[in-house]
Amino acid sequence: MIFEGTVHKYGRDVDTDVIIPARYLNTNDPDELAKHAMEDIDADFVNRVRPGDIIVATENFGCGSSREHAPVAIRFSGVSCVVASSFARIFYRNAINTGLPIVVCPAAAADARMGDRLKVDLETGTVENLTQGRTYEAEAFPPFMQELIDRGGLLEYVKSRVGGESA
Amino acid sequence: MGSTITEKILARAAKRDEVHAGDIIEAEVDLVLANDITAPLGIAEFDKAGFTRVFDPARIALVPDHFTPNKDIKAAGQAKKMREFARKHSIVNYFEVGRVGIEHVLLPDTGMVAPGDVVIGADSHTCTYGAVAAFSTGVGSTDFAAAMAWGHVWLRVPETFKFIYSGTPSPWVTGKDLMLHTIGEIGVDGALYQAMEFTGPAIEALSMDERFTMCNMAIEAGGKSGIVGFDEKTTAYLQSRPDGSRARTAGQVFASDRDAQYARVLDIDASAVQPTVSKPHLPSNTAAAADCGDVTIDQVVIGSCTNGRLHDLHQAAGILKGKKVHPDVRCIVLPGTQDVCLEAIADGTMQTFIEAGCAFSTPTCGACLGGHMGVLAEGERAVATTNRNFVGRMGHTGAEVYLASPYVAAASAIAGHIATPEEVGAVKGGSR
Repeated sequence: MIFEGTVHKYGRDVDTDVIIPARYLNTNDPDELAKHAMEDIDADFVNRVRPGDIIVATENFGCGSSREHAPVAIRFSGVSCVVASSFARIFYRNAINTGLPIVVCPAAAADARMGDRLKVDLETGTVENLTQGRTYEAEAFPPFMQELIDRGGLLEYVKSRVGGESA
Repeated sequence: MGSTITEKILARAAKRDEVHAGDIIEAEVDLVLANDITAPLGIAEFDKAGFTRVFDPARIALVPDHFTPNKDIKAAGQAKKMREFARKHSIVNYFEVGRVGIEHVLLPDTGMVAPGDVVIGADSHTCTYGAVAAFSTGVGSTDFAAAMAWGHVWLRVPETFKFIYSGTPSPWVTGKDLMLHTIGEIGVDGALYQAMEFTGPAIEALSMDERFTMCNMAIEAGGKSGIVGFDEKTTAYLQSRPDGSRARTAGQVFASDRDAQYARVLDIDASAVQPTVSKPHLPSNTAAAADCGDVTIDQVVIGSCTNGRLHDLHQAAGILKGKKVHPDVRCIVLPGTQDVCLEAIADGTMQTFIEAGCAFSTPTCGACLGGHMGVLAEGERAVATTNRNFVGRMGHTGAEVYLASPYVAAASAIAGHIATPEEVGAVKGGSR
Protein backbone atom coordinates (compact mmCIF):
# COMPACT_ATOMS: atom_id res chain seq x y z
CA MET A 1 0.00 0.00 0.00
CA ILE A 2 1.31 3.44 -0.91
CA PHE A 3 0.10 6.67 0.67
CA GLU A 4 0.87 10.17 -0.49
CA GLY A 5 -0.29 13.24 1.36
CA THR A 6 0.43 16.51 3.07
CA VAL A 7 2.18 16.45 6.42
CA HIS A 8 0.54 17.67 9.62
CA LYS A 9 3.56 17.90 11.91
CA TYR A 10 3.57 17.73 15.71
CA GLY A 11 6.21 17.32 18.41
CA ARG A 12 6.73 14.74 21.13
CA ASP A 13 4.27 13.27 23.66
CA VAL A 14 1.10 13.96 21.65
CA ASP A 15 -1.39 12.47 24.12
CA THR A 16 -4.75 10.87 23.52
CA ASP A 17 -6.52 13.69 25.39
CA VAL A 18 -5.50 16.15 22.68
CA ILE A 19 -6.11 13.62 19.87
CA ILE A 20 -9.70 13.17 21.00
CA PRO A 21 -10.73 15.04 24.16
CA ALA A 22 -12.76 13.11 26.75
CA ARG A 23 -15.68 15.50 26.33
CA TYR A 24 -16.40 13.76 23.01
CA LEU A 25 -16.13 10.21 24.35
CA ASN A 26 -19.84 9.89 25.00
CA THR A 27 -20.12 8.27 21.56
CA ASN A 28 -18.26 5.65 19.55
CA ASP A 29 -19.58 6.84 16.17
CA PRO A 30 -16.40 7.12 14.04
CA ASP A 31 -17.63 10.05 11.94
CA GLU A 32 -18.68 11.97 15.03
CA LEU A 33 -15.26 11.33 16.64
CA ALA A 34 -13.49 12.37 13.42
CA LYS A 35 -15.06 15.84 13.61
CA HIS A 36 -12.96 16.48 16.73
CA ALA A 37 -9.70 14.77 15.77
CA MET A 38 -6.61 16.60 17.08
CA GLU A 39 -8.89 19.39 18.34
CA ASP A 40 -6.99 20.27 21.51
CA ILE A 41 -3.57 20.43 19.87
CA ASP A 42 -4.61 21.89 16.51
CA ALA A 43 -8.15 23.28 16.43
CA ASP A 44 -7.91 23.94 12.67
CA PHE A 45 -6.77 20.39 11.80
CA VAL A 46 -10.22 19.12 10.81
CA ASN A 47 -10.63 22.06 8.42
CA ARG A 48 -7.22 21.58 6.74
CA VAL A 49 -7.03 17.80 6.56
CA ARG A 50 -7.55 16.23 3.15
CA PRO A 51 -8.05 12.52 2.40
CA GLY A 52 -4.67 10.79 2.35
CA ASP A 53 -2.89 13.34 4.52
CA ILE A 54 -0.22 12.10 6.91
CA ILE A 55 0.31 12.95 10.57
CA VAL A 56 3.97 13.13 11.54
CA ALA A 57 5.17 13.44 15.13
CA THR A 58 8.30 12.70 17.12
CA GLU A 59 8.56 10.53 20.26
CA ASN A 60 5.80 8.82 22.24
CA PHE A 61 2.84 9.56 19.96
CA GLY A 62 -0.48 8.58 21.53
CA CYS A 63 0.61 8.50 25.16
CA GLY A 64 -1.97 8.52 27.93
CA SER A 65 -5.34 6.87 27.91
CA SER A 66 -6.24 3.54 26.28
CA ARG A 67 -9.10 5.11 24.33
CA GLU A 68 -9.30 3.40 20.96
CA HIS A 69 -11.38 6.39 19.91
CA ALA A 70 -8.02 8.12 19.24
CA PRO A 71 -6.83 6.04 16.25
CA VAL A 72 -10.46 5.80 15.08
CA ALA A 73 -10.83 9.61 15.09
CA ILE A 74 -7.57 10.01 13.16
CA ARG A 75 -8.45 7.36 10.56
CA PHE A 76 -11.96 8.67 9.93
CA SER A 77 -10.67 12.25 9.61
CA GLY A 78 -9.11 11.07 6.34
CA VAL A 79 -5.54 10.58 7.52
CA SER A 80 -3.89 7.70 5.66
CA CYS A 81 -1.13 6.94 8.13
CA VAL A 82 0.87 8.24 11.08
CA VAL A 83 4.66 8.44 10.97
CA ALA A 84 6.42 8.91 14.31
CA SER A 85 9.77 8.47 16.02
CA SER A 86 8.04 6.19 18.54
CA PHE A 87 4.54 5.31 19.68
CA ALA A 88 3.11 4.80 23.17
CA ARG A 89 2.38 1.10 23.53
CA ILE A 90 -1.40 1.04 23.91
CA PHE A 91 -1.82 3.42 20.95
CA TYR A 92 0.48 1.17 18.90
CA ARG A 93 -1.70 -1.88 19.64
CA ASN A 94 -4.90 0.07 19.05
CA ALA A 95 -3.72 1.45 15.70
CA ILE A 96 -2.96 -2.02 14.40
CA ASN A 97 -6.21 -3.41 15.82
CA THR A 98 -8.32 -0.69 14.22
CA GLY A 99 -6.55 -0.59 10.86
CA LEU A 100 -4.76 2.75 11.15
CA PRO A 101 -1.40 2.31 9.39
CA ILE A 102 1.51 3.47 11.54
CA VAL A 103 5.18 3.78 10.65
CA VAL A 104 8.13 4.09 13.02
CA CYS A 105 10.79 6.22 11.30
CA PRO A 106 12.68 8.61 13.59
CA ALA A 107 14.72 10.33 10.86
CA ALA A 108 11.74 11.03 8.62
CA ALA A 109 9.75 12.21 11.63
CA ALA A 110 12.49 14.58 12.73
CA ASP A 111 13.02 16.11 9.26
CA ALA A 112 9.41 16.51 8.11
CA ARG A 113 7.83 19.94 8.32
CA MET A 114 4.22 21.06 8.37
CA GLY A 115 2.96 21.11 4.78
CA ASP A 116 5.64 18.84 3.24
CA ARG A 117 4.46 16.17 0.80
CA LEU A 118 5.23 12.66 2.02
CA LYS A 119 5.01 9.28 0.28
CA VAL A 120 4.88 6.17 2.44
CA ASP A 121 5.26 2.69 0.93
CA LEU A 122 4.20 0.09 3.49
CA GLU A 123 5.43 -2.83 1.33
CA THR A 124 9.00 -1.62 0.95
CA GLY A 125 9.04 0.23 4.27
CA THR A 126 10.22 3.47 2.74
CA VAL A 127 9.23 7.01 3.57
CA GLU A 128 9.93 9.63 0.93
CA ASN A 129 9.79 13.34 1.64
CA LEU A 130 8.86 14.66 -1.80
CA THR A 131 9.28 18.29 -0.75
CA GLN A 132 12.78 17.83 0.68
CA GLY A 133 13.86 15.11 -1.77
CA ARG A 134 14.92 12.64 0.93
CA THR A 135 14.17 8.95 1.36
CA TYR A 136 14.18 7.00 4.63
CA GLU A 137 13.95 3.37 5.76
CA ALA A 138 11.15 2.71 8.24
CA GLU A 139 11.43 0.13 11.01
CA ALA A 140 9.87 -3.21 10.06
CA PHE A 141 7.02 -4.58 12.16
CA PRO A 142 7.91 -7.58 14.32
CA PRO A 143 6.83 -10.77 12.45
CA PHE A 144 3.85 -11.44 14.72
CA MET A 145 2.49 -7.92 14.23
CA GLN A 146 2.91 -8.29 10.47
CA GLU A 147 0.98 -11.56 10.64
CA LEU A 148 -1.87 -9.84 12.49
CA ILE A 149 -1.97 -7.10 9.87
CA ASP A 150 -1.84 -9.61 7.02
CA ARG A 151 -4.70 -11.63 8.51
CA GLY A 152 -6.90 -8.53 8.58
CA GLY A 153 -6.51 -7.52 12.20
CA LEU A 154 -6.77 -9.01 15.67
CA LEU A 155 -10.40 -10.08 15.55
CA GLU A 156 -9.90 -12.05 12.33
CA TYR A 157 -6.95 -13.75 14.00
CA VAL A 158 -9.00 -14.53 17.11
CA LYS A 159 -11.86 -15.86 15.00
CA SER A 160 -9.47 -18.40 13.52
CA ARG A 161 -8.36 -19.35 17.04
CA VAL A 162 -11.72 -19.80 18.73
CA GLY A 163 -13.27 -21.41 15.63
CA GLY A 164 -16.94 -22.40 15.79
CA GLU A 165 -16.97 -22.61 19.55
CA SER A 166 -17.73 -18.97 20.20
CA ALA A 167 -17.80 -17.36 16.78
CA MET B 1 19.41 -17.14 33.27
CA GLY B 2 17.03 -16.08 36.02
CA SER B 3 13.59 -14.57 35.52
CA THR B 4 11.80 -11.49 36.74
CA ILE B 5 8.48 -11.76 38.57
CA THR B 6 6.79 -10.49 35.41
CA GLU B 7 8.41 -13.16 33.23
CA LYS B 8 7.37 -15.87 35.71
CA ILE B 9 3.74 -14.73 35.79
CA LEU B 10 3.61 -14.56 32.01
CA ALA B 11 5.25 -18.00 31.66
CA ARG B 12 2.55 -19.45 33.91
CA ALA B 13 -0.20 -17.80 31.89
CA ALA B 14 1.33 -18.95 28.61
CA LYS B 15 1.78 -22.49 29.98
CA ARG B 16 5.49 -22.43 29.29
CA ASP B 17 8.44 -23.34 31.50
CA GLU B 18 9.92 -19.92 31.04
CA VAL B 19 9.58 -16.83 28.88
CA HIS B 20 11.93 -13.92 28.45
CA ALA B 21 11.76 -10.30 27.39
CA GLY B 22 10.96 -9.97 23.71
CA ASP B 23 9.06 -13.28 23.40
CA ILE B 24 5.59 -13.06 21.88
CA ILE B 25 3.16 -15.15 23.89
CA GLU B 26 -0.51 -15.98 24.06
CA ALA B 27 -1.42 -15.66 27.72
CA GLU B 28 -4.57 -16.90 29.40
CA VAL B 29 -6.32 -14.01 31.15
CA ASP B 30 -7.73 -14.27 34.66
CA LEU B 31 -9.77 -11.09 34.38
CA VAL B 32 -10.82 -8.81 31.52
CA LEU B 33 -12.35 -5.42 32.21
CA ALA B 34 -13.73 -2.35 30.52
CA ASN B 35 -15.62 0.78 31.50
CA ASP B 36 -18.51 2.83 30.11
CA ILE B 37 -16.22 4.65 27.64
CA THR B 38 -14.26 1.70 26.30
CA ALA B 39 -16.78 -1.15 26.58
CA PRO B 40 -19.36 0.16 24.06
CA LEU B 41 -16.70 0.34 21.34
CA GLY B 42 -15.47 -3.14 22.30
CA ILE B 43 -18.99 -4.55 22.36
CA ALA B 44 -19.59 -3.17 18.86
CA GLU B 45 -16.40 -4.91 17.65
CA PHE B 46 -17.36 -8.15 19.45
CA ASP B 47 -20.76 -8.18 17.76
CA LYS B 48 -19.40 -7.09 14.37
CA ALA B 49 -16.90 -9.95 14.40
CA GLY B 50 -19.82 -12.34 14.89
CA PHE B 51 -18.92 -13.60 18.35
CA THR B 52 -21.93 -14.86 20.26
CA ARG B 53 -20.42 -16.11 23.52
CA VAL B 54 -17.98 -14.74 26.05
CA PHE B 55 -15.22 -17.09 27.24
CA ASP B 56 -16.31 -16.93 30.89
CA PRO B 57 -19.02 -14.62 32.27
CA ALA B 58 -17.35 -14.76 35.70
CA ARG B 59 -13.99 -13.46 34.49
CA ILE B 60 -15.21 -10.28 32.82
CA ALA B 61 -15.79 -7.06 34.74
CA LEU B 62 -17.87 -4.22 33.31
CA VAL B 63 -17.54 -1.08 35.37
CA PRO B 64 -19.58 2.03 34.50
CA ASP B 65 -17.44 4.55 36.36
CA HIS B 66 -16.38 7.29 33.94
CA PHE B 67 -19.46 9.25 32.92
CA THR B 68 -21.77 7.84 35.60
CA PRO B 69 -24.15 8.65 37.16
CA ASN B 70 -24.99 9.39 33.51
CA LYS B 71 -23.69 12.86 32.72
CA ASP B 72 -25.71 13.47 29.56
CA ILE B 73 -28.01 11.74 27.10
CA LYS B 74 -25.27 10.32 24.88
CA ALA B 75 -23.37 8.99 27.89
CA ALA B 76 -26.60 7.42 29.15
CA GLY B 77 -26.89 5.63 25.81
CA GLN B 78 -23.36 4.27 26.10
CA ALA B 79 -23.97 3.06 29.67
CA LYS B 80 -27.17 1.40 28.44
CA LYS B 81 -25.30 -0.54 25.74
CA MET B 82 -22.95 -1.89 28.38
CA ARG B 83 -25.78 -2.79 30.77
CA GLU B 84 -27.68 -4.61 28.02
CA PHE B 85 -24.59 -6.56 26.99
CA ALA B 86 -23.97 -7.52 30.63
CA ARG B 87 -27.51 -8.84 30.94
CA LYS B 88 -27.44 -10.68 27.61
CA HIS B 89 -24.20 -12.48 28.45
CA SER B 90 -24.93 -12.92 32.18
CA ILE B 91 -21.79 -11.03 33.12
CA VAL B 92 -21.34 -11.73 36.83
CA ASN B 93 -19.27 -8.66 37.62
CA TYR B 94 -21.34 -5.83 36.21
CA PHE B 95 -21.55 -3.09 38.83
CA GLU B 96 -24.60 -0.84 38.68
CA VAL B 97 -24.61 2.76 39.88
CA GLY B 98 -25.03 2.65 43.65
CA ARG B 99 -22.74 -0.38 43.87
CA VAL B 100 -20.12 0.72 41.38
CA GLY B 101 -16.79 2.23 42.32
CA ILE B 102 -13.77 3.47 40.39
CA GLU B 103 -12.62 0.31 38.61
CA HIS B 104 -9.02 0.19 39.82
CA VAL B 105 -10.05 0.66 43.44
CA LEU B 106 -13.15 -1.52 43.18
CA LEU B 107 -11.74 -4.66 41.56
CA PRO B 108 -8.83 -5.32 43.90
CA ASP B 109 -10.86 -4.21 46.94
CA THR B 110 -13.64 -6.69 46.13
CA GLY B 111 -11.01 -9.43 45.85
CA MET B 112 -11.15 -9.95 42.11
CA VAL B 113 -7.38 -9.97 41.62
CA ALA B 114 -4.99 -12.56 43.05
CA PRO B 115 -1.18 -12.63 43.01
CA GLY B 116 0.26 -14.10 39.84
CA ASP B 117 -2.88 -13.23 37.84
CA VAL B 118 -2.87 -11.80 34.34
CA VAL B 119 -5.38 -8.98 33.99
CA ILE B 120 -6.06 -6.88 30.93
CA GLY B 121 -8.37 -3.91 30.91
CA ALA B 122 -9.61 -1.40 28.39
CA ASP B 123 -8.36 1.41 30.58
CA SER B 124 -4.77 2.55 30.72
CA HIS B 125 -4.62 2.51 34.53
CA THR B 126 -5.23 -1.23 34.63
CA CYS B 127 -1.54 -1.43 35.56
CA THR B 128 -2.66 -0.67 39.15
CA TYR B 129 -2.98 -4.35 40.20
CA GLY B 130 0.75 -4.92 40.15
CA ALA B 131 0.50 -3.86 43.79
CA VAL B 132 -0.81 -7.36 44.62
CA ALA B 133 2.02 -9.00 42.65
CA ALA B 134 -0.15 -9.59 39.58
CA PHE B 135 0.62 -8.69 35.95
CA SER B 136 -1.92 -6.21 34.67
CA THR B 137 -1.91 -3.89 31.71
CA GLY B 138 -4.11 -1.54 29.75
CA VAL B 139 -5.30 -2.29 26.23
CA GLY B 140 -7.87 -0.86 23.82
CA SER B 141 -11.44 -1.84 23.08
CA THR B 142 -10.59 -4.31 20.30
CA ASP B 143 -8.14 -6.19 22.52
CA PHE B 144 -10.89 -6.23 25.17
CA ALA B 145 -13.37 -7.63 22.62
CA ALA B 146 -10.88 -10.27 21.50
CA ALA B 147 -10.13 -11.33 25.08
CA MET B 148 -13.84 -11.59 25.89
CA ALA B 149 -14.22 -14.11 23.09
CA TRP B 150 -10.88 -15.87 23.35
CA GLY B 151 -9.93 -15.77 27.03
CA HIS B 152 -6.39 -15.00 25.93
CA VAL B 153 -4.31 -12.01 24.93
CA TRP B 154 -1.18 -11.81 22.82
CA LEU B 155 1.62 -10.03 24.60
CA ARG B 156 5.22 -9.20 24.00
CA VAL B 157 7.02 -10.10 27.22
CA PRO B 158 8.32 -6.75 28.44
CA GLU B 159 11.82 -5.92 29.54
CA THR B 160 11.86 -4.95 33.19
CA PHE B 161 13.10 -1.64 34.58
CA LYS B 162 13.96 -2.13 38.25
CA PHE B 163 13.72 0.72 40.75
CA ILE B 164 15.39 0.43 44.14
CA TYR B 165 14.13 2.95 46.70
CA SER B 166 16.44 3.25 49.68
CA GLY B 167 16.15 5.39 52.77
CA THR B 168 13.17 6.55 54.81
CA PRO B 169 10.91 9.17 53.22
CA SER B 170 10.17 12.27 55.27
CA PRO B 171 6.72 12.35 56.91
CA TRP B 172 4.84 14.21 54.19
CA VAL B 173 6.30 12.13 51.36
CA THR B 174 3.92 9.45 50.07
CA GLY B 175 3.96 6.79 47.38
CA LYS B 176 2.51 9.46 45.09
CA ASP B 177 5.52 11.72 45.66
CA LEU B 178 7.93 8.83 45.03
CA MET B 179 6.13 8.08 41.77
CA LEU B 180 5.92 11.69 40.54
CA HIS B 181 9.60 12.08 41.39
CA THR B 182 10.40 8.88 39.46
CA ILE B 183 8.47 10.03 36.38
CA GLY B 184 10.27 13.35 36.63
CA GLU B 185 13.59 11.49 36.63
CA ILE B 186 12.92 9.18 33.66
CA GLY B 187 10.31 11.07 31.61
CA VAL B 188 6.88 10.16 30.28
CA ASP B 189 8.39 7.55 27.96
CA GLY B 190 11.24 6.59 30.30
CA ALA B 191 9.84 3.08 30.76
CA LEU B 192 8.21 2.71 27.33
CA TYR B 193 6.99 -0.88 26.74
CA GLN B 194 8.64 -1.97 30.03
CA ALA B 195 7.52 -3.52 33.31
CA MET B 196 8.40 -1.20 36.19
CA GLU B 197 9.44 -3.26 39.22
CA PHE B 198 9.38 -1.24 42.44
CA THR B 199 11.70 -2.59 45.14
CA GLY B 200 13.72 -1.55 48.17
CA PRO B 201 13.14 -0.69 51.83
CA ALA B 202 11.06 2.41 51.09
CA ILE B 203 8.62 0.31 49.03
CA GLU B 204 8.46 -2.39 51.70
CA ALA B 205 7.53 0.34 54.19
CA LEU B 206 4.69 1.72 52.03
CA SER B 207 1.04 0.95 52.77
CA MET B 208 -0.80 -1.18 50.21
CA ASP B 209 -2.82 1.88 49.21
CA GLU B 210 0.37 3.76 48.33
CA ARG B 211 1.70 0.76 46.40
CA PHE B 212 -1.51 0.83 44.35
CA THR B 213 -0.86 4.52 43.67
CA MET B 214 2.65 3.84 42.38
CA CYS B 215 1.65 0.93 40.12
CA ASN B 216 -1.33 2.97 38.89
CA MET B 217 0.99 5.59 37.43
CA ALA B 218 3.40 3.22 35.64
CA ILE B 219 1.57 4.14 32.42
CA GLU B 220 2.54 7.79 32.95
CA ALA B 221 6.16 6.75 32.38
CA GLY B 222 5.12 4.76 29.31
CA GLY B 223 5.27 1.49 31.26
CA LYS B 224 3.35 -1.60 30.27
CA SER B 225 2.92 -2.59 33.89
CA GLY B 226 4.06 -1.78 37.40
CA ILE B 227 4.70 -4.40 40.05
CA VAL B 228 5.64 -4.75 43.71
CA GLY B 229 6.83 -8.05 45.18
CA PHE B 230 4.65 -10.10 47.52
CA ASP B 231 5.19 -9.64 51.27
CA GLU B 232 3.31 -9.74 54.57
CA LYS B 233 1.45 -6.52 53.70
CA THR B 234 0.18 -8.13 50.50
CA THR B 235 -0.96 -11.14 52.53
CA ALA B 236 -2.76 -8.97 55.08
CA TYR B 237 -4.50 -7.02 52.31
CA LEU B 238 -5.59 -10.15 50.43
CA GLN B 239 -6.80 -11.89 53.58
CA SER B 240 -9.07 -8.97 54.39
CA ARG B 241 -10.92 -9.28 51.07
CA PRO B 242 -14.42 -10.83 51.01
CA ASP B 243 -14.83 -14.52 51.89
CA GLY B 244 -14.65 -16.78 48.87
CA SER B 245 -13.17 -14.07 46.65
CA ARG B 246 -10.37 -14.83 44.21
CA ALA B 247 -7.94 -12.89 46.41
CA ARG B 248 -8.68 -15.30 49.27
CA THR B 249 -8.82 -18.53 47.32
CA ALA B 250 -6.63 -18.32 44.22
CA GLY B 251 -3.33 -17.03 42.98
CA GLN B 252 0.28 -18.04 42.93
CA VAL B 253 3.18 -16.15 44.45
CA PHE B 254 6.19 -15.39 42.30
CA ALA B 255 9.38 -13.45 42.98
CA SER B 256 12.21 -12.18 40.79
CA ASP B 257 15.35 -14.31 40.78
CA ARG B 258 18.60 -12.79 42.00
CA ASP B 259 20.10 -13.28 38.55
CA ALA B 260 17.07 -11.95 36.65
CA GLN B 261 17.89 -9.79 33.65
CA TYR B 262 16.94 -6.13 33.85
CA ALA B 263 16.96 -3.61 31.03
CA ARG B 264 17.91 -0.93 33.53
CA VAL B 265 18.25 -0.51 37.29
CA LEU B 266 17.80 2.88 38.95
CA ASP B 267 18.58 3.69 42.58
CA ILE B 268 16.46 6.39 44.15
CA ASP B 269 17.16 7.83 47.59
CA ALA B 270 13.65 8.14 49.02
CA SER B 271 14.88 10.23 51.93
CA ALA B 272 15.85 12.98 49.47
CA VAL B 273 12.43 13.12 47.79
CA GLN B 274 10.34 16.13 48.75
CA PRO B 275 6.56 16.56 48.49
CA THR B 276 6.39 16.75 44.71
CA VAL B 277 4.01 18.21 42.15
CA SER B 278 3.81 17.74 38.39
CA LYS B 279 3.34 21.12 36.78
CA PRO B 280 1.35 21.61 33.58
CA HIS B 281 1.21 19.87 31.13
CA LEU B 282 3.09 16.62 31.65
CA PRO B 283 3.43 14.27 34.63
CA SER B 284 7.21 14.43 34.15
CA ASN B 285 7.30 18.20 34.65
CA THR B 286 8.01 17.86 38.35
CA ALA B 287 9.09 20.29 41.05
CA ALA B 288 9.13 20.36 44.84
CA ALA B 289 5.81 21.71 46.10
CA ALA B 290 7.78 24.08 48.33
CA ASP B 291 9.51 25.60 45.29
CA CYS B 292 6.36 26.43 43.32
CA GLY B 293 6.03 30.01 44.56
CA ASP B 294 2.65 31.68 44.72
CA VAL B 295 0.56 29.56 42.36
CA THR B 296 -3.05 30.41 43.16
CA ILE B 297 -5.70 27.77 42.51
CA ASP B 298 -9.43 27.54 41.83
CA GLN B 299 -10.07 23.86 42.45
CA VAL B 300 -8.70 20.86 44.31
CA VAL B 301 -9.60 17.27 43.45
CA ILE B 302 -8.85 14.57 46.02
CA GLY B 303 -9.49 10.98 44.99
CA SER B 304 -9.59 9.00 41.69
CA CYS B 305 -8.13 5.58 40.84
CA THR B 306 -4.76 7.00 41.82
CA ASN B 307 -5.54 8.37 45.29
CA GLY B 308 -9.15 7.47 46.11
CA ARG B 309 -8.47 4.82 48.75
CA LEU B 310 -9.21 5.16 52.44
CA HIS B 311 -5.57 5.77 53.39
CA ASP B 312 -5.44 8.64 50.86
CA LEU B 313 -8.61 10.20 52.26
CA HIS B 314 -7.21 9.88 55.79
CA GLN B 315 -4.07 11.72 54.73
CA ALA B 316 -6.07 14.57 53.20
CA ALA B 317 -8.56 14.72 56.07
CA GLY B 318 -5.71 14.83 58.58
CA ILE B 319 -4.62 18.12 57.04
CA LEU B 320 -8.15 19.52 56.68
CA LYS B 321 -9.41 18.63 60.16
CA GLY B 322 -10.54 21.74 62.00
CA LYS B 323 -9.64 23.96 59.04
CA LYS B 324 -11.57 25.49 56.17
CA VAL B 325 -11.11 25.29 52.44
CA HIS B 326 -9.96 28.69 51.13
CA PRO B 327 -12.94 30.89 50.12
CA ASP B 328 -11.76 31.01 46.49
CA VAL B 329 -11.29 27.24 46.18
CA ARG B 330 -13.69 24.42 45.30
CA CYS B 331 -12.47 21.19 46.87
CA ILE B 332 -14.03 18.00 45.44
CA VAL B 333 -13.51 14.56 46.95
CA LEU B 334 -13.88 11.54 44.62
CA PRO B 335 -13.80 8.41 46.79
CA GLY B 336 -12.87 5.09 45.16
CA THR B 337 -15.82 2.92 46.15
CA GLN B 338 -19.00 2.78 48.20
CA ASP B 339 -17.07 0.80 50.83
CA VAL B 340 -14.53 3.61 51.03
CA CYS B 341 -17.49 6.00 51.52
CA LEU B 342 -18.95 3.84 54.27
CA GLU B 343 -15.65 3.66 56.09
CA ALA B 344 -15.16 7.40 55.65
CA ILE B 345 -18.58 7.94 57.23
CA ALA B 346 -17.93 5.49 60.07
CA ASP B 347 -14.60 6.97 61.11
CA GLY B 348 -15.61 10.61 60.69
CA THR B 349 -13.49 11.31 57.62
CA MET B 350 -16.46 12.36 55.51
CA GLN B 351 -17.61 14.73 58.24
CA THR B 352 -14.14 16.29 58.34
CA PHE B 353 -14.27 16.94 54.60
CA ILE B 354 -17.76 18.39 54.69
CA GLU B 355 -17.10 20.56 57.73
CA ALA B 356 -14.01 21.90 55.98
CA GLY B 357 -16.20 22.91 53.04
CA CYS B 358 -15.48 20.11 50.53
CA ALA B 359 -17.94 18.56 48.11
CA PHE B 360 -18.02 14.79 48.67
CA SER B 361 -18.98 12.95 45.47
CA THR B 362 -20.29 9.49 44.73
CA PRO B 363 -17.48 7.34 43.26
CA THR B 364 -16.77 8.40 39.67
CA CYS B 365 -13.78 9.12 37.43
CA GLY B 366 -15.68 12.28 36.35
CA ALA B 367 -13.45 15.23 37.11
CA CYS B 368 -10.13 13.46 36.45
CA LEU B 369 -10.72 13.36 32.70
CA GLY B 370 -12.77 16.53 32.41
CA GLY B 371 -15.97 14.55 32.01
CA HIS B 372 -18.21 15.93 34.74
CA MET B 373 -18.26 16.63 38.49
CA GLY B 374 -15.62 19.35 38.36
CA VAL B 375 -14.78 20.52 34.82
CA LEU B 376 -12.38 23.49 34.65
CA ALA B 377 -13.09 26.76 32.82
CA GLU B 378 -10.59 28.66 30.68
CA GLY B 379 -7.84 30.17 32.82
CA GLU B 380 -8.64 28.07 35.88
CA ARG B 381 -6.04 26.10 37.77
CA ALA B 382 -6.39 22.93 39.83
CA VAL B 383 -4.34 20.80 42.16
CA ALA B 384 -5.40 17.18 41.80
CA THR B 385 -4.38 13.84 43.25
CA THR B 386 -5.18 12.32 39.84
CA ASN B 387 -2.72 10.99 37.27
CA ARG B 388 -2.60 13.23 34.19
CA ASN B 389 -2.22 16.93 33.59
CA PHE B 390 -2.25 17.06 29.79
CA VAL B 391 -3.65 20.09 27.94
CA GLY B 392 -7.44 20.00 28.33
CA ARG B 393 -7.36 16.97 30.62
CA MET B 394 -9.78 18.42 33.21
CA GLY B 395 -11.71 20.73 30.95
CA HIS B 396 -10.79 23.80 28.91
CA THR B 397 -7.49 23.71 27.01
CA GLY B 398 -6.68 26.98 28.74
CA ALA B 399 -6.91 25.38 32.20
CA GLU B 400 -3.98 24.00 34.19
CA VAL B 401 -3.61 20.94 36.39
CA TYR B 402 -0.92 20.32 39.00
CA LEU B 403 -0.66 16.70 40.14
CA ALA B 404 0.09 16.14 43.83
CA SER B 405 -0.31 13.86 46.85
CA PRO B 406 -3.38 13.99 49.13
CA TYR B 407 -1.30 15.91 51.71
CA VAL B 408 -0.27 18.63 49.27
CA ALA B 409 -3.73 18.78 47.68
CA ALA B 410 -5.41 19.25 51.06
CA ALA B 411 -2.85 21.84 52.19
CA SER B 412 -3.33 23.72 48.91
CA ALA B 413 -7.11 23.69 49.35
CA ILE B 414 -6.69 25.49 52.67
CA ALA B 415 -4.01 27.92 51.49
CA GLY B 416 -5.63 28.79 48.14
CA HIS B 417 -2.31 28.23 46.43
CA ILE B 418 0.09 25.31 46.09
CA ALA B 419 1.25 24.63 49.60
CA THR B 420 3.00 22.07 51.75
CA PRO B 421 1.38 20.68 54.90
CA GLU B 422 3.85 22.65 57.06
CA GLU B 423 2.68 25.88 55.48
CA VAL B 424 -0.85 25.35 56.80
CA GLY B 425 0.38 24.39 60.24
CA ALA B 426 0.16 20.61 60.02
CA VAL B 427 2.37 18.86 62.55
CA LYS B 428 5.02 16.62 61.06
CA GLY B 429 4.17 12.96 61.50
CA GLY B 430 0.90 13.90 63.14
CA SER B 431 -1.42 12.14 60.75
CA ARG B 432 0.67 9.33 59.35
